[in-house]
Formats: sequence, C-alpha cells, structure tokens
Amino acid sequence: MDVASLTIDRIREGLLRREFSAVELATEALRFAQSENAKTNAYLHFCPERALGAARRVDEKLARSQAPGPLAAVPVAVKDVICTRGVRTTCGSRLLAHYVPPYDATAVIRLEQAGGVVLGKTNCDEFAMGSSTENSAFGPVRNPLAPDRVPGGSSGGSAAAVAQGTAVVALGSDTGGSIRQPASFCGVVGVTPTYGRVSRYGLVAFASSLDHIGPLARNVPDAARLLRVTAGRDEMDSTSAFAPVADYPALLDGEVRGTRVGLPREYFEGLASETGELVHRGVEVLARLGCELRQISLPHTRYAIACYYIICTAEASSNLARYDGARYTIRSSESETLIGMYRNTRGEGFGAECKRRIMLGTYVLSSGYYDAYYLKAQKVRTLIARDFSAAFREVDAIVTPVSPFPAFRLGEKLDDPLEMYLSDIYTITGDLAGIPCMSVPCGRTASGLPVGMQILANHFDEAGMLRLAHAFERAGGVNAL
Amino acid sequence: MKITEAEVRYVADLANLKLSEEEGRKFCSELGEILAYMDTLNELDTSAVEPMAQVLYEAEETATLREDVERTVLGPEGALANAPAAGAGFYKVPKVIER
Repeated sequence: MDVASLTIDRIREGLLRREFSAVELATEALRFAQSENAKTNAYLHFCPERALGAARRVDEKLARSQAPGPLAAVPVAVKDVICTRGVRTTCGSRLLAHYVPPYDATAVIRLEQAGGVVLGKTNCDEFAMGSSTENSAFGPVRNPLAPDRVPGGSSGGSAAAVAQGTAVVALGSDTGGSIRQPASFCGVVGVTPTYGRVSRYGLVAFASSLDHIGPLARNVPDAARLLRVTAGRDEMDSTSAFAPVADYPALLDGEVRGTRVGLPREYFEGLASETGELVHRGVEVLARLGCELRQISLPHTRYAIACYYIICTAEASSNLARYDGARYTIRSSESETLIGMYRNTRGEGFGAECKRRIMLGTYVLSSGYYDAYYLKAQKVRTLIARDFSAAFREVDAIVTPVSPFPAFRLGEKLDDPLEMYLSDIYTITGDLAGIPCMSVPCGRTASGLPVGMQILANHFDEAGMLRLAHAFERAGGVNAL
Repeated sequence: MKITEAEVRYVADLANLKLSEEEGRKFCSELGEILAYMDTLNELDTSAVEPMAQVLYEAEETATLREDVERTVLGPEGALANAPAAGAGFYKVPKVIER
C-alpha cells in the first residue's frame, strides 16, 4: 500500500473492495508518518490509540454494512492549535507544552464522525503567529520539497504533512494567510472558508475576528470533502454561520465558462518575476477554460498590512492574557507574588514573536492610542471589505498570487519582523473582509519551488470558488498551456 | 515614530510581561519601526466610516440565543486538570491578601 499518494476516493475504493481494512490503513499510515517525520518535523506528536480506535469504528460499520462516512479511514493531521480531548495541544508554545484539553474542537468531532482518522498534531508557529513555522518552540518544519527552506506558516506542519504524504488531508487555521501561504509553499491545496463557516469551538484563539479553521489537501475534491463535513452552524460557537452548507464535492464539476474573473491590479505590482509569470500563466489557463477576465481595482489594498497588524495584535494581546501561570500547566518557579507569577510565567513562556505582538497589541489598545490605532484600523477594515463588495458586483471570483515569492530559506527573514509582515500582503485582505479564499498549485519555479494561485470569492460562495479551482486543476494547471 | 525605553516598560507592565534588558532595547527600535509603518493609515480620511465591529452576521439578532437549560459541563476536576497547582477544588495561587 502506497500511503503517500492516497486520495479519499482511492481509500473508499480500497475499503469497499476489501483490499485493506481501516485498521490496516491506520497502522500503516501511522508507521509511515512516524518514520518520515524526522525529515520535516511536521508532526509534534502522534495519537495512535485514538487513530486506531477511530479506524476500528469504521471497520465495525463496514462489517455491519453501514455507511462508514464520507471520510471513512482517511488519515488526517490536525494543527496543534485545535483542541483534542486527551491528546496534547501545545500551540507550538513552551507555555502549553503539557496542556491536555478536556474537550474536542467541533471540527475534530465532525471529521471523526465522518470516519476520519486523526493521526497526530502538527507543528506551527507559536499560537499561529508567523509566516514560516520558525516560531515554534519545538523546532522549525522543513519544506518536504526543499529541506533547506521553510514550509510557510503558520500551518506549516499541516501543509508539509500533506505534501510529504504523511496525511491525506489536514486541518489548519488561518488568521492572515496561515493556510494558503504554506499550501502555496508546499504545492498543496489550502482553503480558508468564509468567516464563521467552520466552527472555531476548540480552536485556541489568536485574533477572534480573523480566525478560521480550514482544510489542506493534495487535490481540490479532497479539500472540498473535508470542508463539507466540518462546516456548518455550531451552538458552541456563537459566531458560526447559520447559512446552509452546500454539497461542495457534488458541485465541483459545474461549468466555469463565462465565469467573470477579476484581476486586481494592486496585486500584480512588484511581484518576484517567476511567481508573477506563473500566476499570469494560471490566469491564461482560466481564460482558455472560458472565463471572462476583467481588470479590477481594490484601492485600499496598500493599507491592509497596517490595518491587519493593528487588529490582530490587539486581539491577540487580549486573547493571550489567559496564559497567566494559574491555569495552563506552566508556572514560573519565581512566583512569590501574584503579579510576579503573571509576569515571570509569561516572560519565560512566550517566544519572541508572541511577545512582540502582545507588546504591539497592548500599545495600540492603551489609553490615548486606542482611537489613533485600533479604532482607525477598524474603520479602514470597513473600507477594505467595501472594496471587495464592490468588486463582487462585477465579478464572480478574484484571482491573485498567494505570496510575493516562493518558499524562502530557513532563517532568511527572521531578523526583520516588518519585512516578514509585509510578505502577507496578498492573503490578509481576504481575512479582513471575511470572504472565502484558497490557494491552488500553479506550477513550479525553475528550481522546483511550488507557487500557488489564490482564488477569492464572495461570502459563502465556497462552491463557486472550489469549482473554478477544480476546473483549473483538472485542466492540468499551468501545464495545460 | 520613536518609542522610548520607558514606554516599552510601561506597556510591558500593562501586559504583565517580564522583558529582559535586551528585549526591552530590541522592542524600542522594532516597535518604533512597525508603528511608524502603521501611521500610513492616517493618509485616509475615515471620519465618515463606520468601524467594522462585526465581520459577518447574516441571521436574526436573537438567533444565537438558546433555552437556559442545565447541561453537562467540565466540572471542577476537568477544569483543574491542567492547573500547575490546585487543591480542594480551587486553583492555588501565591498569596494575594497581606495580613
């Protein structure tokens, strides 16, 4: 059994033809993932008992001729910011190195109810803050396609596991591009659904008005399947959306001829040459598929980085206040007084990027600066969201690059936080507007580094977005030219 | 935009975050640079723009309300399972009240 190239369809076929049982597949998938992990450090820890238990339930259903669920026996990796009952959830942080959640995230419950088999938890930037997975307290992840380079971040472990074949699909989280950018760096599909489409119950909060859970996969149909089972209203997350969930996998094959695709000029200025060339070729493929291309403008794009890093750091400084030494496993040994316990635990526990963001967020929320920074940014966010609403009156989808450049070398950008923030320019706007967006593989550079093409759609039009991505993928991507 | 070391210390106190001498110095220059970049927002006149307080909400205002019925919760054991120090059903913390 070649577990590294399995798809959900192939697993279903193998199960129904009795080529392998769910337990056999889980055993082999765990063995393979564990033996390959030293190459990338994609997984932080595995949960074999849980995986085999889930697989046994699938086999029992099959033995009773019951439907085993749309994700039956599918090996899944879960980013370690998503809570798993009884299985450590560290958020890539020293502060939560021993934290064992007493409950499961809704997305995990749903994927397991659908027959999915969680193999383990994936590495990420500490509390999902970063664009390279170098901010993990447990060592960086290596890009499986270029081991001296980063996998992107913050869901770098999930993207690397899917690219490496140590998971068929994975859950990631996205606040400013943390699913799409690593997907593009690792050559896989990554989907950030509409804000509220997937419940965040059990997702450790970073910036609550921007956080999303979404799927990563090796092809569009598999991403659509994982999205379908995890999406939908959840009473445990009051921000989860009531809108009905479409049957995304069933809607993939619709016609894309005549789809109006907007190309925002602000996103194609100053691109690294090879990335730009590949995305332009991707756009040409869409034209050949019958899409109608339109030049559009999203005029407030240049303010998005400043807007985003004010809002996300402000919310992070508030959300991370809970790590105080009283409740979450780690307390500084120097805790003579209550305030001392807070200050020392946090000072010793948080890594550099978390401290930077807590400081920035506290500053922009502090007395005298709230109006100038936080309130101002919330108003600019309205303008950015309006740019998209106006664009979607004229087009059905928007196509852009995901990142200005392909995967960079480990350590290359660590010394310049502002430069690292600026590289998020193409992905943060979608999060600010709350619209669905995704990265689909769009060829490789001359040195073999993957490049992603971003597709953005209007609120709750995941089906239209995935259909366009699927048509592009089925046509052979940029190789269709 | 210049951030002084005293301002960095003040903000670190607000955040209950102990910083080393070196971190304090580093944040002076880094935060100053990042905040200067954020000042680009002042190019925009937003006097007539509403702040985006809600990302997306498509349902009725009362849709998220539910009946107030009892249900299973974590309970003290579950809630305290991750506490660095606990006892008698409570979190243990350093002494707060001076005698």
